[in-house]
Amino acid sequence: MDLMEFQAKTVFAKHGVRTTVGAVVTTPEEARAAAEKIGGRVVVKAQVKTGGRGKAGGVKLASNPDEAEEKAREILGLDIKGHVVKILNIVPAAAIGEEYYFSFLIDRANRNYLCIASAAGGMEIEEVAHTNPDAVAQISIDPATGVDEAKAREIAVAAKYPADVIDAVVPEIVKLYDVFIAEDASLVEVNPLVKLEDGNVEALDGKVTLDENADFRHPEHAEFEDVSAADPLEAAAKAKGLNYVKLDGSVGIIGNGAGLVMSTLDVVAYAGEQFDGVKPANFLDIGGGASAEVMANGLEIIISDPQVESVFVNVFGGITACDAVANGIVQAFELLSSRGEHVAKPLVVRLDGNNAEEGRRILDEAGLAGLERVDTMDGAAKRAAELAAK
Amino acid sequence: MSIFLTKDSKVIVQGMTGSEGTKHTTRMLASGTNIVGGVNPRKAGQSQDFDGKSVPVFGTVSDAVKETGANVSVIFVPPKFTKDAVLEAVEAEVPLVVVITEGVPVHDTAAFFAAAQASGKTRIIGPNCPGIITPGSSNAGIIPADIAGQGRIGLVSKSGTLTYQMMYELRDFGFSTAIGIGGDPIIGTTHIDALQAFQDDPDTDAIVMIGEIGGDAEERAAAFIKENVTKPVVGYVAGFTAPEGKTMGHAGAIVSGSSGTAAAKQEALEAVGVKVGKTPTETANLMREIMQGLNK
Repeated sequence: MDLMEFQAKTVFAKHGVRTTVGAVVTTPEEARAAAEKIGGRVVVKAQVKTGGRGKAGGVKLASNPDEAEEKAREILGLDIKGHVVKILNIVPAAAIGEEYYFSFLIDRANRNYLCIASAAGGMEIEEVAHTNPDAVAQISIDPATGVDEAKAREIAVAAKYPADVIDAVVPEIVKLYDVFIAEDASLVEVNPLVKLEDGNVEALDGKVTLDENADFRHPEHAEFEDVSAADPLEAAAKAKGLNYVKLDGSVGIIGNGAGLVMSTLDVVAYAGEQFDGVKPANFLDIGGGASAEVMANGLEIIISDPQVESVFVNVFGGITACDAVANGIVQAFELLSSRGEHVAKPLVVRLDGNNAEEGRRILDEAGLAGLERVDTMDGAAKRAAELAAK
Repeated sequence: MSIFLTKDSKVIVQGMTGSEGTKHTTRMLASGTNIVGGVNPRKAGQSQDFDGKSVPVFGTVSDAVKETGANVSVIFVPPKFTKDAVLEAVEAEVPLVVVITEGVPVHDTAAFFAAAQASGKTRIIGPNCPGIITPGSSNAGIIPADIAGQGRIGLVSKSGTLTYQMMYELRDFGFSTAIGIGGDPIIGTTHIDALQAFQDDPDTDAIVMIGEIGGDAEERAAAFIKENVTKPVVGYVAGFTAPEGKTMGHAGAIVSGSSGTAAAKQEALEAVGVKVGKTPTETANLMREIMQGLNK
């Protein structure tokens, strides 16, 4: 889960990292009140889970409360890379000396942790890494030993932070590592880390990604969840414990196993090239079990998506036998009609693998209206795409 | 021959007495795996019956290894306890530890992988993976043993169900070993590890490699193939239509920015001469042609 800037700074503050959380507001009037309270010049910052806010006009300086209200009005509702701004962070305008870059992240290639640090912060760090790689230090961290003061000093020197800020930055690096580990973050990024006029360094911005697998030891992380931003279908699916992601196409997809479902999306899009470019409408992994109830819940979500024109159920019976899946589909139709709904959209079902023959027989015998059985993945994808294009 | 797992492998199951552990231990035994024990500190000294076969339960991995000479451990314990379970197996110097558990915090995986690296005695497969099967010899994990039999194709895959799908597609040829490495950000055994092992295995003629979006493991595998693999490799990559920045079930399957996309992976693989199929079936057909060519 990605955190918004003010949430990241809240987490930083919890671990003693020097930062200014500021005020969190949702209306221009609240922005004015916050600016009055802070006094002096403030920065009005859009809170969205994406980069490039400044370039998109989502970060603005205001010299007084009137201006803060005006800037807040401009920024609220702004669409930044598909994220609509609903929340603003109001902070005092800091007197900034220099800007640096700093992050801890998971290093997939070396299967440990990586620290990326540079004295050239604030601007496009990826650009700097590309044009002047020597200016961006990459320091490998052994999870067994972590980051103590000595390691932090090594990092600060490698990053070429100026000599006069090293003493101030070392404790901040140790505390940021504490955030990374104690909060179960897979990314902790500070850009910019700034040198203030008084010689201290402060995290002016923060980007934190939390590992949802670790939620069991962080009940407090639940408050960071942004339920308002979720797609309503995704929210409904989540409430039912389904692993669903809404996409833009018209072929509804249900499958078992993340890899197979991802592959199903590709195969449908590939087949769709022949049929006016129809595309998958969603990702939905019903997992290994594929019980009638899960199948019914999945079908219910998918047929409630007005964009869906046809549905493709793609199940490979590995551990789960296909006859159980077929029975699940038949019962799902019954369950849905008992809930006062029915499957009005054409359904293409491909069952293969464990006990596929029996599963197919059950489907044939049930004779469900609008259900077609196609026994190969590519063939079924093609048929589902064709039905969606009609 | 095969890679990592043979008919002589002696397997223990950590979490055997739990519901998933019991279910899959039954299946592993049915497919001929030599399961020599389970581990549960609260049930030490007892034994559990699996369709007439009694399997002893030990209090610790170390006891189990001492008593049985076990050299493989399969782990089914819940995510909360996975780190300690793996560390225990690493301390007992079990040569192969297969972590089936899904939902392990990445910092826990980082910790137990670092411990395994430091000891130099343990290979970890997973976490969040279906395990490894050497058809006809041994099965450590949850891959259904009846999909495909013994053969000369090696299979390595990030995804469980795509492993099953590919084994099914190529069941007429069979497999030397099929291994599901999992798609988490940190995994114990990578595509490269498996490619190297298949390259060295005299009973593997050709290799299918299945990848998916996220990270750059496939790109690195491509570079490795260019330098080190002379056997034919066929590839498949899932996730061409996955939208940027959305997680699709696997922690590893996150696309952020241009690197890590399915297209980039396909391009990298094709650049080193790996044929990449557009669908699992097309991929299987590419392998079929290669195998038919080799058998001429």
